[in-house]
Amino acid sequence: MTNIVLTVNGTQVLREVEDNIFLAYFLREQLGLTGTHVGCDTSQCGCCVVHVNGTSVKSCTMLAVQANSADVTTIEGLAKGDVLHPVQRAFKEHHGLQCGFCTPGMIMAAVDLINTYPKPLTAEIVRDEMEGNLCRCTGYHNIVKAILAAADEMRPVVTA
Amino acid sequence: MYPTKYHTPKTLSEAQKIFAAAASPAYLSGGHTLLPAMKLRLAAHSDLIDLSAIPEMHGFTQKADRLSIGAMTRHHDVANSALVAKLIPALAGCAGSIGDRHVRHRGTIGGSVANNDPAADYPAALLGLGAIIVTDKRQLVADEFFTGLYQTALQPGEILLQVEFPIPQIAAYAKFRSLASRYSVVGVFISQNNKKVRVAVTGAGAGGVFRVQSFEAALEKDFSPSALVTCSVDPAYLMADASGSSEYRANLINVMARRAVENPGKTSCYN
Ligand SMILES: Cc1cc2nc3c(=O)[nH]c(=O)nc-3n(C[C@H](O)[C@H](O)[C@H](O)COP(=O)(O)OP(=O)(O)OC[C@H]3O[C@@H](n4cnc5c(N)ncnc54)[C@H](O)[C@@H]3O)c2cc1C
Ligand code: FES
Ligand code: FES
Repeated sequence: MTNIVLTVNGTQVLREVEDNIFLAYFLREQLGLTGTHVGCDTSQCGCCVVHVNGTSVKSCTMLAVQANSADVTTIEGLAKGDVLHPVQRAFKEHHGLQCGFCTPGMIMAAVDLINTYPKPLTAEIVRDEMEGNLCRCTGYHNIVKAILAAADEMRPVVTA
Repeated sequence: MYPTKYHTPKTLSEAQKIFAAAASPAYLSGGHTLLPAMKLRLAAHSDLIDLSAIPEMHGFTQKADRLSIGAMTRHHDVANSALVAKLIPALAGCAGSIGDRHVRHRGTIGGSVANNDPAADYPAALLGLGAIIVTDKRQLVADEFFTGLYQTALQPGEILLQVEFPIPQIAAYAKFRSLASRYSVVGVFISQNNKKVRVAVTGAGAGGVFRVQSFEAALEKDFSPSALVTCSVDPAYLMADASGSSEYRANLINVMARRAVENPGKTSCYN
C-alpha cells in the first residue's frame, strides 16, 4: 500500500492505494467517478482516457501510484456547473454519440487534441489523431464533425 | 494483476540497489508494454522500479555529429522535438507513427528499445541509423544490442540510459501498418551517412529486426528506387502470421525500401 496525494478535477485527494491498482479503477471505485469507462482494459479502445498533468492518457494502463502528485482531469471535471464544455456541447449538437459508452474518452481525447495540436485541424488530422479511440455504434462521421465544430469555437485562429 | 511493490528512485544508484535486493523486479518506463503484460498475468514482478524520476535519462543533447536522446523520453516528445526534426526528421516521424497519441504520451524510447518487440518501430530506427546504446555499465552498437525476438544484450538489472544517433545525410522510414494494432507488418528504415548505406527491417524477421546487406550494397552504388528492383529477401528468414505470409512480407520489404528511398527525410505510413 502507498499513500498518494493528487488533484482530481481541482480537488486535492489523499488515499492509501494498493500498488497494483490502475488509475481507471481508482477513479471509478475509490472516488466514485464512474464517467471514466473501461471498454477493453487492454490499452486499445480509449474509453478510459483522462488528462494527467494536461496530457491525455489511457487510465487503464497507468497505475494509480504513478499519478501521485499529479493533476488529473476526468470527464466530470469539464463542465462548469450546468454549462457544458464546448466539446461536450458539440457532441450533443452534432449527434456525436449514440449509446455514449465511448463518449467520455472521445471527449477527453478531443479536448487534448484541440488544446495541444500545433497546426490547424482538418477532418483527416482529426481521424488520424483520434485513432486511439474506438466507437462501436455512432460511427466516426459525426464525432469528427463535432470535434471540428468545437475546435472552431475554441481556437478560431488556427482552424483551417 | 498480481500484487507488486512500486518504487520511485530519484537516482540511478538507488534504482540499482532496489533491483539487486528484490526477488523478481522489473524497471518501469512508460508501462505501455509491461503493464498490459502484467495485467494479463503474462508477467509477474515482485517490484516495479519506476525510472521516470532519474535525471540523466531525460532530454535531448546534440554532441558534434551525434544526437543523444534520454531513455525516458516519450514518443510524443521525440515526434514533436524541433531538434530531432532538424537533425533526423525521419526519426521524429518514426516516433510519431507509433500507436496512437495516448500511447505516445506515455511510451518511451528506452522501454521500446529494451523490449525489442519484433514489430516495434524504434529497433529499425536504431539499427538503420547505426545508433549507440548507452547503459549504466557500457556502450553497445545497435548491431550487437538486438539479439532476437524480445531479446537484447542487456544483462539483468542493467539500465538503458540514452540512445546516441549518428546524424546521417539522408534517412527515411516506410511503414506498412497493421490496421488493428498499428505496429509494423513491415517497416524499413534506411540511412545514408558518408556514402555508407544502412537498411534495417522490422515486423518481418523470424529473429526480429535485421539488416539487408544486398539492399545496402545496391543503394551504395546508386541511391535510387530503381537500384532495388532486382533485389530480394529470402522468405525463409521471415515470419508469417494473420497479417501476411513470409512471401508477402518479402515483397513488402522491397516495396517499403523503395518508398523509403523515394521519401528522404520522411516517415511514410501505408495500410
Ligand atoms: C495500443 C498500443 C499500440 C502500440 N503501437 C505500437 C507501434 O505501432 N509501434 C511500436 O513500436 N510500439 C507500439 N506500442 C508499444 C509502445 O511503444 C510501448 O510504449 C513500448 O514498446 C514500451 O515502452 P514503455 O516505455 O512503455 O516501456 P515499459 O512497458 O515500461 O517497459 C518495457 C520493457 O522494457 C524494460 N525497460 C523499460 N525501460 C528500461 C530501461 N531504461 N532500461 C532497461 N530496461 C527497461 C521493462 O522492464 C520492460 O521489460 C504500442 C502499445 C500500445 C499499448
Ligand atoms: S479501457 Fe483503457 S484503452 Fe480500453
Ligand atoms: S457512442 Fe456507442 S460506442 Fe461510441
